[in-house]
Amino acid sequence: MSVTDPETDLQPIGSTSRAGDTIFRGLATASAVVIVLALAGVAAFLLAQGLPALDGAGARSYGYDNIWVYTGPLLFGTLLASVIAMIVATPLAIGVALIISHYAPRRFAKGLGWLIDLLAAIPSVIFGMWGIEFVARNMVPVYNWLNDYLGFIPLFAGPVPTSGRTMMTAGLVLGVMALPIITAICREIFAQTPVMHQEAALALGATRWEMIRLAVFPYASSGMVSAILLGLGRALGETMAVALVLSPSIVVSFNLLTAESGSSSSTIAANIALNFGNASGSKVDALIFTGLVLFVITFAVNFLGRWVAARAVKKG
Amino acid sequence: MAKSIDVSDLNIYYGDFLAVEGVNISIKARAVTALIGPSGCGKSTFLRSLNRMHEVIPGARAEGKVMVDGQDLYASDVDPVAVRRQIGMVFQRPNPFPTMSIYENVLAGKRLNAKKLKKSEADDLVEKSLRGANLWTEVKDRLGKPGMGLSGGQQQRLCIARAIAVEPEVLLMDEPCSALDPISTAAIEDLIHDLKSDYTIVIVTHNMQQAARVSDDTGFFNLRATGEPGQLVEFNPTKKMFTNPDNESTESYISGRFG
Repeated sequence: MSVTDPETDLQPIGSTSRAGDTIFRGLATASAVVIVLALAGVAAFLLAQGLPALDGAGARSYGYDNIWVYTGPLLFGTLLASVIAMIVATPLAIGVALIISHYAPRRFAKGLGWLIDLLAAIPSVIFGMWGIEFVARNMVPVYNWLNDYLGFIPLFAGPVPTSGRTMMTAGLVLGVMALPIITAICREIFAQTPVMHQEAALALGATRWEMIRLAVFPYASSGMVSAILLGLGRALGETMAVALVLSPSIVVSFNLLTAESGSSSSTIAANIALNFGNASGSKVDALIFTGLVLFVITFAVNFLGRWVAARAVKKG
Repeated sequence: MAKSIDVSDLNIYYGDFLAVEGVNISIKARAVTALIGPSGCGKSTFLRSLNRMHEVIPGARAEGKVMVDGQDLYASDVDPVAVRRQIGMVFQRPNPFPTMSIYENVLAGKRLNAKKLKKSEADDLVEKSLRGANLWTEVKDRLGKPGMGLSGGQQQRLCIARAIAVEPEVLLMDEPCSALDPISTAAIEDLIHDLKSDYTIVIVTHNMQQAARVSDDTGFFNLRATGEPGQLVEFNPTKKMFTNPDNESTESYISGRFG
């Protein structure tokens, strides 16, 4: 991309500008433009390729009446898996972040923070395999227990598959994957709590936990919300881990513990990953349309997260 | 309720660094004791050691005895949390809890101690504490508003109200007026004078006129040299300190020849 800058052509005598400045500014501007173009390009592609699926041809070739009947259950599955992930990840992430920022000795906290960051660097396909081979298998007894004692709640109805590859497993794996981002943001905010408010609480005779409730949580609350939303954004879009754990199916089911065909939901991202390879024509359009829906939702969630964070900065 | 404090051979360390050395002091009950001295001489550190607040900084510790009413604060079975409930503290910068209303700020400490507070009891305590801090008439119509909406001086009096709401035996003040304008400072000084009848007050100040105005006894802290630990150079009734101090360096400091 060539950007012609009029200033370089008409350089006034005695100007202090250097060639390096011009080049760097050009590069920086170009990078910014490329990012905007890439985002616009993705959005344009999704709209151009996805919107034709609204006629229902793609959905019909998959055996559904219209595109919404096809997309709806996938969207439901995506949200369900992400909500499980958040329920698992949020308390864990806040706990770990507090350990790092307020409880552990500094050296240990540093190591722990480093380990959590490392968790974010693990490729998602590895999480997927870990999900099938380790989480799923080892959770089977837990699932059986839940099914035995809480099976009357539709969420925990059986039968529990011996493989353990259920919605619950997918949600747990997603939770672990969303953990680093939530932890990192919470840790950052907890550590920024003004010392004078923490001392105010301690001087009143607060224990460490009481100090955290009096000073740290109120200060960090909006940051925690935005951290959770950003983690949710990650869980919504995650593909490989879910694709490996769940078998694809188009069904709305609250059932978390079973894998019987037709009674366990799947997610948009996993569905695309599993079906895109052997799709053609209108089927591709239908899959791209589900992608568009996912794009809109993750975009909205991320935007909301940043908005909450930005509002907190302005307020505080 | 007010208690006297007897400190003997107190050494305060940050890690390996000896910050304050060999303090011996008897702080009288129902009196104001001022601590003065140049920056970095350890007077704030010493003040914070009186309710074990210095332990908030990693590596900080103290050796020696701090006896409050016959109980050693540094005995092995004493919980610093319990110490701080008996010995309240007011800080240099007003620090009301930003998300809480004036009402809730006053009750913050009490809510930690008492399990459940009846509405009428809570109302009474808030009024009593705010009256005690000379703030009641200014805020009684806006108790539900955030404490951060008050002026700096009012915020500092709110912090004092919050500290006395838990009915401590001793009130420590770490340069409570250094972030305030002269009018707010005068209001706080009047308040200190009123509080003296109920509490033992220890105040660190950089303002020597303030020490002279509010205190009964004054302690002068100094360093022998940079990098050396701070020491209590002289401790005497304020009147004597400011007219005829025993120690030469006290006199030079008070008369403005250094520091």
